[in-house]
Amino acid sequence: MKKILFLAVAVMLTVSLAACGTKGETGSGNTQNNGKTDTQAGGSAALSGSLLAAGSTALQPLVDQVSKKFMADPKYSGITVQVQGGGSGTGLTQVSGGQADIGNSDIYAEEKFKDADADKAKELVDHQVAVVAMATVVNKDITVDNLTKQQLVDIFTGKVTNWKDVGGQDEKITIVNRPSSSGTRKTFEKYALGTKSEDLQGSIQEDSSGTVKKLVAETPGAIGYLAFSYIDDSVKTLKYDGVEPKEENVVTGDYPVWAYEHMYTKGEPNEIAKAFLDYMVSVEVQNTDVVELGYIPVGKMQVKRDAAGTITK
Amino acid sequence: MYRPAEGEQPLHQRLQKKHAKPHIMEEWVGKVYTTLCILVLVVTIVAIVYFVASRGLSTFLVNGVSLSGLLTGLKWDPEGDIPLFGALPFIFGSFSTSLLAALIAAPLGCCAAIFMTQIMPGFGRRVLQPVIELLAGIPSVVYGFVGLTVIVPLLRSTFPGQGIGIAAGALVLSVMILPTITTIATDALASLPFGLKEGSYALGATRWQTIYRIVIPTTLPSLLTGVVLGMSRAFGEALAVQMVIGNAPHIPHSLFESASTLTSAITLGMGNTVMGSAHNNALWSLALILLLMTFVFVFVVRFLERRNKR
Repeated sequence: MKKILFLAVAVMLTVSLAACGTKGETGSGNTQNNGKTDTQAGGSAALSGSLLAAGSTALQPLVDQVSKKFMADPKYSGITVQVQGGGSGTGLTQVSGGQADIGNSDIYAEEKFKDADADKAKELVDHQVAVVAMATVVNKDITVDNLTKQQLVDIFTGKVTNWKDVGGQDEKITIVNRPSSSGTRKTFEKYALGTKSEDLQGSIQEDSSGTVKKLVAETPGAIGYLAFSYIDDSVKTLKYDGVEPKEENVVTGDYPVWAYEHMYTKGEPNEIAKAFLDYMVSVEVQNTDVVELGYIPVGKMQVKRDAAGTITK
Repeated sequence: MYRPAEGEQPLHQRLQKKHAKPHIMEEWVGKVYTTLCILVLVVTIVAIVYFVASRGLSTFLVNGVSLSGLLTGLKWDPEGDIPLFGALPFIFGSFSTSLLAALIAAPLGCCAAIFMTQIMPGFGRRVLQPVIELLAGIPSVVYGFVGLTVIVPLLRSTFPGQGIGIAAGALVLSVMILPTITTIATDALASLPFGLKEGSYALGATRWQTIYRIVIPTTLPSLLTGVVLGMSRAFGEALAVQMVIGNAPHIPHSLFESASTLTSAITLGMGNTVMGSAHNNALWSLALILLLMTFVFVFVVRFLERRNKR
């Protein structure tokens, strides 16, 4: 009898597990329409439902932290926010395909969806929630303090391979790059170099900023680039065309290597997504969490930039 | 004489029925349960193979990349103005790291197994084997980080080059595949036919002579099975290798220069590409190559096992 019971339980478990599997695949697409409006005792309308934000790992720490605060807020206690990483490409694919409600991205959707997919970018609505700036970092032993745009281009395209050619000591340059599809690398290429960098023989590519920092800090003659939030004493930051990579210089537009952090929705956001996005750009979040985690609040920017890279004051 | 009442079955039949019923139930439940499990398994496997193949093949069918171009091309630049999909550097990197890792780990694992079964079975099997098996439980990101903090600086200060590269990857992998090789080798050696060793000792052979003339040749196919399984694990490992190998899409000039593997190319690119784009499809093609290589490894293991039985 025990055996039968055991087997029956096992069968039930397997079946329910299998059901879970299929539910996981299709279910995530259904989150978009479950924004119900309940009337609470207070008379005010409270939102309830769930929200999935997926994408950029550069933005993930911020969204993660803010989502926890958001859910803890009694006003939004009925909303569950799920945050997933996966990269900007994943975020844009998922929001465009309807699997996620919000797609986090480091770059404009227009830059990712090209050619045949260009229509997909038009369906997405952009919500800029923060600005992330990047600085060129080198190993601490490097004596160079400043690199011009041309010198950077020469280094990242392999024309210059020794630090002595840009005013430093006689030391081979080791490039620590991000993968060619990474949003951070695209930003760096577009605004610091103005051209594509190459995956050179002997260069290093790492996908996580932590590893990039570790390799730059430890490899003699290494050069790389990091978001401000990752920079600490273990690496040395370089001036870009004489401009110090600092928040003050970013907000005035003097330091050009920065990008918006986007949260895309497919069409206009539903009530839940709107509540969350409004929360993201609220003064409170922008002045605490955003600054705390090393991003720059969007409101602080004195210049604006569109997908084509045109800057307006 | 007792006569059964009308409609009542004979005693032995009644008894039989009482016993047979739960028995049939058990049989039936067991059958259904195992069949269900197998069905789920088969569907999963077929679905995975189909998915990877359909994605991977669209590189050739939709994006018009030639198979030979992918397999022999030296330049990987899928985001370039003229996209180039040369995966040979990745294939080279994958093969060289896993071969080198097997080369390092095979003697270590086999010797550990010989020690644990032939030389000091008590201490070996009770203490050493669990310790070695513990290595399998360590997450690969930890291996990668240890490799990055210990092995890479060590190689960099000892050899010319950046330290990262195939050598670092192979060293990290060799530790990771050690438990696989050791466990399989230990099982093979422990199941050696009784009497072979005794016969050898009876002829006056020493323990060492017995080990390398009798024990190793008899169990060689099983030992090789372990090595091949270890290699296939090394071939598929992504995270740890990605952290220490450097990931430059080129065939390196030395063991201490940045190289890339199939898995690291996939992990670096997959999250940042949009599903259905040429770059994304090319990554699925790399995954397909990995899948096919795993099939090859499985066939090799099967072949070795068949030889072992004969």
